[in-house]
Amino acid sequence: MPAPKYAIDWEAASLRIVFICMAIFAMVFLIAPTVIVLVTSLTPSESLKFPPPGLSLRWYYALLDADQMQRAAWNSLVIAFWTTIISVLLGTAASIAIARSRSPWVRACDVLFMSPLLLPALAFGFAALVYINKLGLSPNIPLLVLGHVIVCVPFILRTTIAALSQLDPALLDASHSLGGSQWMTFRRVTLPLIAPGLGSGAFLAFMASFDNVPVSLFLADERTEVLPIHLWQQIDTNLDVRTAAASGVIVIFTIVLMLIAERMAGFTQQMR
Amino acid sequence: MKIAESKLVLPLAALFVAFFVAPLAVLILLSLHGEAAMRTWTVANYAKFFGDSFNYSILVETLFLGVKATLVCLAFGYPIAWICTRASPRVQSVIVFLVILPILTSVVVRTFGWIVILGRQGVINQILLGLGVIHDPLKLLYTETGVVMVLAQVQMPLMVLPILTVMSKIDANLSDASRVLGAGEWKTLWRITIPLSLPGVIAGCILTFTACITAFVTQTLIGGARLIYMPLHIYQQAVGANNWPFAAAISVIFMVAVLIIVGILGALGRRSETYARP
Repeated sequence: MPAPKYAIDWEAASLRIVFICMAIFAMVFLIAPTVIVLVTSLTPSESLKFPPPGLSLRWYYALLDADQMQRAAWNSLVIAFWTTIISVLLGTAASIAIARSRSPWVRACDVLFMSPLLLPALAFGFAALVYINKLGLSPNIPLLVLGHVIVCVPFILRTTIAALSQLDPALLDASHSLGGSQWMTFRRVTLPLIAPGLGSGAFLAFMASFDNVPVSLFLADERTEVLPIHLWQQIDTNLDVRTAAASGVIVIFTIVLMLIAERMAGFTQQMR
Repeated sequence: MKIAESKLVLPLAALFVAFFVAPLAVLILLSLHGEAAMRTWTVANYAKFFGDSFNYSILVETLFLGVKATLVCLAFGYPIAWICTRASPRVQSVIVFLVILPILTSVVVRTFGWIVILGRQGVINQILLGLGVIHDPLKLLYTETGVVMVLAQVQMPLMVLPILTVMSKIDANLSDASRVLGAGEWKTLWRITIPLSLPGVIAGCILTFTACITAFVTQTLIGGARLIYMPLHIYQQAVGANNWPFAAAISVIFMVAVLIIVGILGALGRRSETYARP
């Protein structure tokens, strides 16, 4: 006798159930650490116990006196700012070349520019230190920014090249035939259309620079401490609850920036 | 004046030559010298690395760490992508937002959260002790299992996003056709969805693997000082022991190993793309 029509198709349901359970587990796994950092940072006690015995902003107030951490945060922001500016300028120009040229040299450059994403960043950081040492220079902030540009520019290239390849070439032809100069076409046609892709890439590059440890480890001079390295050392030596509060600030800062990027550039769409 | 568009690549190319290619070249040269002043040529640094089982076991363990963490990422990342492509647009954008959030949150911060979770009095031990599953707290921090778990979480988005990109381009009619022709859901997954999404899977594996083996912050904070992987080994030799030529040799060996693995995976990826062609 054939099965009645309304019976559950266990074969189909089993796949769905297995995948939904795994996906839910994975999503919890993805989000839990961030949530736990946020909740733990609100503890009134001296220890990092989860769940905290109560809620207080005590450690956030303590951040106001943490001069060293504030200096490190400021350094990181300045470095990430300059890294993003240089990466956007050089990256946009290179993206246009890569998206529109078929020359084998340009193809080779594309591979070269993406390689910092794959090669161990720490090995590059060390190589850069050896190199500037051979040139007779010592680590300083401009060199650190250039090092960050190398490892952050691939993010801008990826999203910008993708945006350029979606651009209808007929629009450029129209602009040219109406007498628009090359610069005018870029300024009035190309740039507005690739702005969401470029903006998303710039946001990624900014966050990657702000969070970079492997390159900063070798290229930051003794006086310039950056935030991720400061926090890394704090966690490694004495687990201070202020570190949790600083982490809380970073998480909130990231979420706010991401919501802004989503509003302005449709960030999550650009990432797919 | 009209400038050729291909010339726009030059400023970035110049920066890369001066600040990426040249440093790597100097690194290779330094690795072939006995002392930092680079006077005499030698392969002693490489002989030292491969002559000492301590050194190459670090390399092997680092590569295995990458493989394990990548497999965990794949096992859990694939279902996320699969569910996401079948969800309503609203749910989709929430999932993508939650997947991307961890990439942007500082690695130091995320790793720090894991210390609170994995510690002796951490969340996992409290839950297991509370349920009576275990009687003594488990040691999770400073173990390889802990490092694999944390790396899988930290790098998961790099696996999910490429799979999602490829999967959302698969023609839904193909799965429907498979089902209409009598294949069940599992068979459709195995014979249609997985082969067609392989290019995304391989791209995700390349990104996750390379990110996991070089994840210095996670490896040192969760692994502690006794679990040594290649990045920490390079750092210790370069900064701690101040042995630059040897640190250079380790860096070169590590980069070559990564390039070989990426090359093999890339070749597999190009082969898998032939499935997707009509």
